[in-house]
Amino acid sequence: MALSFMEGNEAVARGAISAGCSFFAGYPITPASTIFSNMLTMLPPNGGICIQGEDEIASMGYCIGASMAGRKVLTATSGPGISLYSEQISFAIGSEIPMVIVDVQRLGPSTGSATRGADGDIQFLRWSNTGGLPVVVLAPKDALDCYTLTIHAFNFAEELRCPVFIASNKEIGMTRESVDLDSVELPPIVERKYSEIGKDEINHKYLPFEADKDSVPDFLPIGCKTLVRQTSSTHGADGYITIDPNVIAQSQERLINKILNAEERLTLYEENHRQGADTLVISYGVTSRAVEDACEMLSKKGKAVSTLTLKTLFPIPQKLIREKSEQYQRIVVIEMNMGQYVENITRLLPTKKIVFYGQMNGVLITPAKIMEVIQNG
Amino acid sequence: MDSFLNTKRPPVFCPGCTHERITKAVDAALVKLNLEADKTVLVSDIGCSGLFDTFFNTHALHGLHGRALTYAAGIKLANPDLNVIVTMGDGGLGIGGAHVLAACRKNLDLTLIILNNFNFGMTGGQYSVTTPSDAVVGSEFLNQAEIPIDICEIAKSGGATWINRCSGHDSSLPDILCEAIKHKGFSIVETLGLCTGRYTKRNQLTPKVIDEMIERLPNYSGIVEKNQRPEYGEQYRNLANQQKNFPELFKVDKIFDLKDMKRQEIVILGSAGMRIVTAGDMVCYAAISAGFNASMKNDYNITVLRGQSVSELILSPEKIGYAGIESPTVVIALSDEGVQRRIKLFSKLEPSTFLLKEKSVSIPETSATVVEIDFKEYQIKKQDWALASLGFIAGKNQGITMEMLDFALKSRFKPAVYESAIEIVKKLATITM
Ligand code: SF4
Repeated sequence: MALSFMEGNEAVARGAISAGCSFFAGYPITPASTIFSNMLTMLPPNGGICIQGEDEIASMGYCIGASMAGRKVLTATSGPGISLYSEQISFAIGSEIPMVIVDVQRLGPSTGSATRGADGDIQFLRWSNTGGLPVVVLAPKDALDCYTLTIHAFNFAEELRCPVFIASNKEIGMTRESVDLDSVELPPIVERKYSEIGKDEINHKYLPFEADKDSVPDFLPIGCKTLVRQTSSTHGADGYITIDPNVIAQSQERLINKILNAEERLTLYEENHRQGADTLVISYGVTSRAVEDACEMLSKKGKAVSTLTLKTLFPIPQKLIREKSEQYQRIVVIEMNMGQYVENITRLLPTKKIVFYGQMNGVLITPAKIMEVIQNG
Repeated sequence: MDSFLNTKRPPVFCPGCTHERITKAVDAALVKLNLEADKTVLVSDIGCSGLFDTFFNTHALHGLHGRALTYAAGIKLANPDLNVIVTMGDGGLGIGGAHVLAACRKNLDLTLIILNNFNFGMTGGQYSVTTPSDAVVGSEFLNQAEIPIDICEIAKSGGATWINRCSGHDSSLPDILCEAIKHKGFSIVETLGLCTGRYTKRNQLTPKVIDEMIERLPNYSGIVEKNQRPEYGEQYRNLANQQKNFPELFKVDKIFDLKDMKRQEIVILGSAGMRIVTAGDMVCYAAISAGFNASMKNDYNITVLRGQSVSELILSPEKIGYAGIESPTVVIALSDEGVQRRIKLFSKLEPSTFLLKEKSVSIPETSATVVEIDFKEYQIKKQDWALASLGFIAGKNQGITMEMLDFALKSRFKPAVYESAIEIVKKLATITM
């Protein structure tokens, strides 16, 4: 077994390259900057393009343009940058422009602490678009996840024609650790589905947003033989503004259902079921590592506690959470924020006893604290 | 092609609006240049000028207010074969000012047509960045307290290579647009025009007055001599093509067999400039060469040349979960700043913790086993203290061995750097306490 040694941010960049990413635009911000600097060393030798935007809004604009020209695109920032991204995020969601957006979260609110971690942007990512359409958010727990989830993220983005978020954390992005990238089984790489006719010949019938019910429109890039329209305005299948309530309603419904109906396929997780456990601890991100340590120690002391680590936060893996919780009396939820995800779990599991612990003080939650919560909560 | 105009979607501007003339001029320019529709993209943003993308049978992208240039740049970089034309009003010019400046500075081959009609037409005639102070607009008195910008002057100082200011009613507008599109680099055409729906209702503005304004303003008629330089896309590709070496994944096989592999938690407490992170890296690579997992968390100031630099390392035969340090096996204290940063740590240390401290560093009461070394006595420079300490702990087989460390240095440093590094490491490797 040969190991490499890298921080989560480098693993994101390597994942992006493996997924076929050929365009990056970003603006420097701690703790996400090293995704940019890694892409800057990786893309040019591969024939890809890597650009520093004049600000975050521009970086997203470059990505939108490049994606519409057919590229697989990546951008990366932290909370303050996501704030600036949000108008363009809404565009990318509403107009079905694939891209992967990494948020290496830092302690907020606002400029907060550049070098302190937190999972404080979880709900912000979910609701960062005007219109409140559903999004896909994946949460890595370590550098290896940064690699594999980035590949998944590109696949999901290309397949569903939407932005996909990776909710990383300073504590993953800037922590170096040994990884065996060869040890993981990678998903086959998904390419954007093009309209069968139209790329190299004119397809007069092509409508850029025509799609079956609840599905994804076929893509053609700006610059191909068939003329392509893209717009941030409320549009019909032809990409022109519409005010027809039926057309608008159908398209909203399609944008919602194409994501929500894919719930099971998008659900990524890890579990550690321990015989005889009456408690299941649900967590995500870097916190799940301390959770696993805590449960391992408890198990050595003779108290079995099971764990469920969510890698897909949105769309909420409802089926998974219900199924995996079924046999437990008590659910403990631990988050590196003041409780952004626990309400989803409470809603899904109204009959269970839910114990919550959240901490957002710039430091990692320790296994000792988690053991205390499990034992006393 | 005789016309690129989309006959199904004729312009919908107010009667007398200059935008309509500009629409026709753009069409005439596209026809004149004989551009291919499928190689041409119109990018627009918000406002009445943002309707432009719908009038033409070309590719089109309509986006957010002021951001048109950012999409255009993405498209052009991704596909340099395309002719990318951007329309923007004086509203977009204001809100997207940073993007206009960036486009001037970059000189990417885009054409920007500014439709300056001195106010926000669509939203009610509010003042914009180009509204004269004495104009009567929909923002009460606000414009009287400000002055308008001259975008051509700004673009010139911003590095734009091609600028033209003209009336939207100028009969030579199609030719001006042809020149702008043909220019290899960023070109700006500032058209001045009438917003009959709003602005001219309360202000005396006619094509003749516009001509007089242009007469009074600095003249811009194309090439800006002092800014001439290569186009950005070409520059970028030339530079990027020289980057030939993909940073391949560096993998370390397990080559050393340690008889008793125990988890180690190592804390290096130092200051900026002491190369603490490099030292931490070396320990981790050394550990990986013996089949350990490793993790490293660094804590340093945003102002990288000042303040503490702390590295926390975990080396473990098992997978590493929580990456914080719970009970250090080794502490290396090399600066007071570093010690202060982790001051709470010391009271918790057990006698089993091996604590190496530089003579000049003060540490609080601790039960750890303390070894003090006067680095100056060994003629080790401050920036080498961290590396030298690694020699000391490796010499004592504390977590890593000398051969592991030697391997790490050899594999990560260039030969010349390795030679000097191993010199430093050896200085303390053999001393006994
Ligand atoms: S409001 Fe002004 S800019 Fe808009 S169409 Fe009418 S005249 Fe033209």
